[in-house]
Parts: sequence; structure tokens; C-alpha cells
Amino acid sequence: MYYDLVVVGGGPAGLAAAEEAKRNGAGSVLIIERDKELGGILNQCIHSGFGLHVFKEQLSGPEYAQRFIDRLEGTGIEVKTDTMVLGITPEKSIYAISEAEGYMKIDAGAIVLAMGCRERTRGAIAIPGERPSGIFTAGTAQRYINMEGYMVGKKVLILGSGDIGLIMARRMTLEGAEVKAVVELMPYSNGLKRNIAQCLDDYGIPLYLSHTVTDIKGENGRLSKVIVSEVNGYDPIPGTEIEFDVDTLLLSVGLVPENELTRSAGIEIDKRTNGAVVNEDMMTSIEGIFACGNVLHVHDLVDFVTHESERAGKAAAEYLKAKKAGEKEEAEEPINLINGDFVGYTVPQKVTVSKVDKFIEVLFRVRAVLKNANVVVKCGDTVLMSKNHEQMLPAEMEKLIIPKKMLEMANGKDIEICVVKEGE
Amino acid sequence: MLKTITCICCPKGCLVTLDTENPEETIKGFSCPQGREYAIRELTCPMRTISTTVEIKGGLHPRIPVKTKGDIPKEKIFEVMEEINKVSVTSPVKCGDVLIENVLGTGIDVVACRDM
Repeated sequence: MYYDLVVVGGGPAGLAAAEEAKRNGAGSVLIIERDKELGGILNQCIHSGFGLHVFKEQLSGPEYAQRFIDRLEGTGIEVKTDTMVLGITPEKSIYAISEAEGYMKIDAGAIVLAMGCRERTRGAIAIPGERPSGIFTAGTAQRYINMEGYMVGKKVLILGSGDIGLIMARRMTLEGAEVKAVVELMPYSNGLKRNIAQCLDDYGIPLYLSHTVTDIKGENGRLSKVIVSEVNGYDPIPGTEIEFDVDTLLLSVGLVPENELTRSAGIEIDKRTNGAVVNEDMMTSIEGIFACGNVLHVHDLVDFVTHESERAGKAAAEYLKAKKAGEKEEAEEPINLINGDFVGYTVPQKVTVSKVDKFIEVLFRVRAVLKNANVVVKCGDTVLMSKNHEQMLPAEMEKLIIPKKMLEMANGKDIEICVVKEGE
Repeated sequence: MLKTITCICCPKGCLVTLDTENPEETIKGFSCPQGREYAIRELTCPMRTISTTVEIKGGLHPRIPVKTKGDIPKEKIFEVMEEINKVSVTSPVKCGDVLIENVLGTGIDVVACRDM
């Protein structure tokens, strides 16, 4: 079996990459999806708020997915659902398995990795205490309630105030559960302000900042009590314990890109993003293998996933065209984008300056809450550009446009992106 | 009285402040006309959309996602939920199909959010 382009994952990233690649002449395109349908995690995100950038209107997750699924018709893009990819080789062979077709080897001219991310679990954050039933990751509970039709509990505590935690607080309340509180380790919420307003404030659900779960108790195998303590930094303060009588604990404690396949192919991984190291075309360390969406780095909005994945899809199509034409690329060594003060990571991590059209778009996250600070691009001690931001939050991805002429001024040397507080 | 309202119209989440005595004149902090309108309406008649699910028979999943096609009064959220929970549909359903017309006289329809 051979396809010019194989896209691994049929969520928003995979759909956008496949469609954009096909539009740009990628040839034969296959999407492989392990679930029984396309759409990925959007299918369980039934709340509104998706699509403001891409469609200029507010859509629910399933509606956003439906638009991309509808667009597949007539494109000739092939889809294999219920199919699990087991491994990818550096030579771009894909091993996959499905009930319908058994074990298969698929050779690809190019590959787009779009496997998304997974939730961190209780084990990942080492919550002490007993191990009764009634403890779920928020996304698992979301799938049970919104797709499978199972209500997961009646009295609920939520750990983690990221958007999934906030959305689930409202969702559980609408379905008749009593959400006692949302508990957040950090002194600020990582969720959108509007979700604090419309998911917690609307229903009078308290938010405990600088608090965490320090003990779990069960009765007859089901969760019965969660103990919450105030923290000083990350350390629980003795004597501040609050007891919550709940039968359910939802964990919304972070997402991790799902890169087992990426690692198995020997692709270089960035420890900061837990995703592949990519260049300005979203190409990984293996030529012809691209990555986009939450498998590359965890995004705040699906609209940004779509945008990034279209870049990857287009670049994959251009790579295939160049390969077919027998063009051998003679590009110089890429330069690195170094993370300076307060910058947690950047995507891309590398840039081949001569291949940049007019500018590059760099996505990054800051490591602390910063007010009135300048994002500075430097080469050695030379400041290439500086831009003031009123406020930056770790929870909000920032975008930086660097014009090609700035990159050229670096003269082949690495450039540093850092944040300098005003007056320092 | 000075009030601060978090706008929920987009992910930006502008903090809009206004004096409840004289909202039209004192309003600030919004960055688009939608935000202005939202904050003023929030003082008099807060409105929300609801997303939930209804039972579907013969579908790929046991539940199909639905939403109110526009805003309904915030105070009616739980009554509307009760109405929606009475509904059961049979596959096939198309995205956008009206499942409840004019729910509880709000003038707003409840529609399906995907094909199933």
C-alpha cells in the first residue's frame, strides 16, 4: 500500500492538515484514525466557543468537527477509522492494524503526525490517599457524560482550573450534580476568564486558589471524602485542611502530547513541549515527517490548531512536489530559536532563514504571570526587535511575527527570544 | 454602583466596568461592540446559550449533542434543561435539525450539533 501523504490522527489537526495538503496538490492522501469516527476530542466538547477565528462564529466542538468532515466529501481523501498505528519507521513506513483489514504496512511519501494529547492522571501528580472508584480525569468524565450517556457522580470536587475543569464544573451542574468546589494549586487559574465567569460564577461554584488535594478517603469502594489543603508554593500548610464530602473527583491537571509513535521513529523531541522539534514548515528532524496540533504542543484554542495544521499540510504538499520534481534542496543549516528569560518554549524551534518567505510566526508560552513586559528578540547582545505586552500569562499562548530581514540580520547565528520586564 | 463584568463573547474575556446607575455613559473596558452590548444586557437580563445532549436511538453513540440556537434568559437555564431532557430522537439526525421549536416560549430553537 502506498500513499503520497499519510496523516496519523483524524481530529482537528489531522483533518485540517489533510485537506490543506490535498488542496495544494499532495496526490493520494490517507487519514488513519483509531476511534470509530473522525473529529477527535471535539466530539465530546459539546460546549460553544470554537471557531471564532476560523469561521467567525461560535460553534460547539461537534459542529466545528462536522464542518471539516463535510468538506472531505469529493476531495478523494481516504479515511481508515478503527485503525491503530503501531509504529512508524524513519523511512516513512507505517505499521497499522484494524479489525476490518488486519495488519498492514503502508508506505508514505510524507507523513503528518496529528495524534493529539492525553490527560495527566492521578499517578502523574502523585495524589496520596486511598484508591476508591469515583476518580476520573475530566476528559474521561466528559466522554462518559456527553457521548456514552453515563453520569459519573452526584457530589463533585474538581482539581485543576484549566478550561476542561471549568467546563466540566458547569456541565456536571447542568446534569444535576452538586459541584462543591474547583481547587487550583497555582495562585491563579489557567482557564480563560470567560470560563471562570460562565462556568463557576454563574452557578456559585467556589474556586480555591493556592490549594490542592492532600488526601483521599473511600467508603465501600467509592470515594467518600477529599481533603484539600492550602499550599505555600507547592507545599501543603498543616492545619489548613478542608474536608469535602464528595463521591467524585475530577482531575484537570494538564495535557501531555502523545508522542510514542514519534519517539519510535527516532524523531528528536523537545523536552519543554514534549513534542517534536520542528522547523518553520512544521517538519520534524526526519525529512518528510511533519507534526501539528496538540501532539506538537498543547494549544489553547482549536482555531490555532487548525491554522498550524494547515501550515503543516501545505508544507507537506510542497515537500512532495519538490521530491517528485527531483529537486534536491540545498539549504543552509537552520538556526536555533533559543529560549531566554521567562520563555518556556517556542514552536518552531529551528528556522532555515533562506526558506522563509516574508516572516515567520513563532508561538511561545511565558513561564510566569508578567505585567507590562517586552518580548525581545536578540542575536548575541544585539536587540533585533522588541514589543511591549500589557500582560502575559502562562495559560495563554503568545504569537510573535519575526520579519525575514530580522532573521537575516542574525547572519546565520542563533537568535534568542526573551521577556524583559519594563524598567529592568 | 460600579460593576465589573467579564465578557464571555470571545476567549479574550474583556473586563468591562460600568456604573449601574448610568451604564450607557460610564461603560469602558470593552474592545468590540459585542462586548459593550453584552455587559449592558448582563445588568438587566443576562442571557446564555446551553449545550447539552439528548438520547438518540440507533445512532453511533447513545447521546447526540444539542444546543439552544441563540441565547435564552439565564434564569431559565434549568427549566430549559428539563425540557431538553424529555427529548429522544432516532437516527438519522442532521447537524442543524430542529429538535425543539421555540423552547419554553423563549423564541429559541434547540438544534442538533452533528450528523448521527
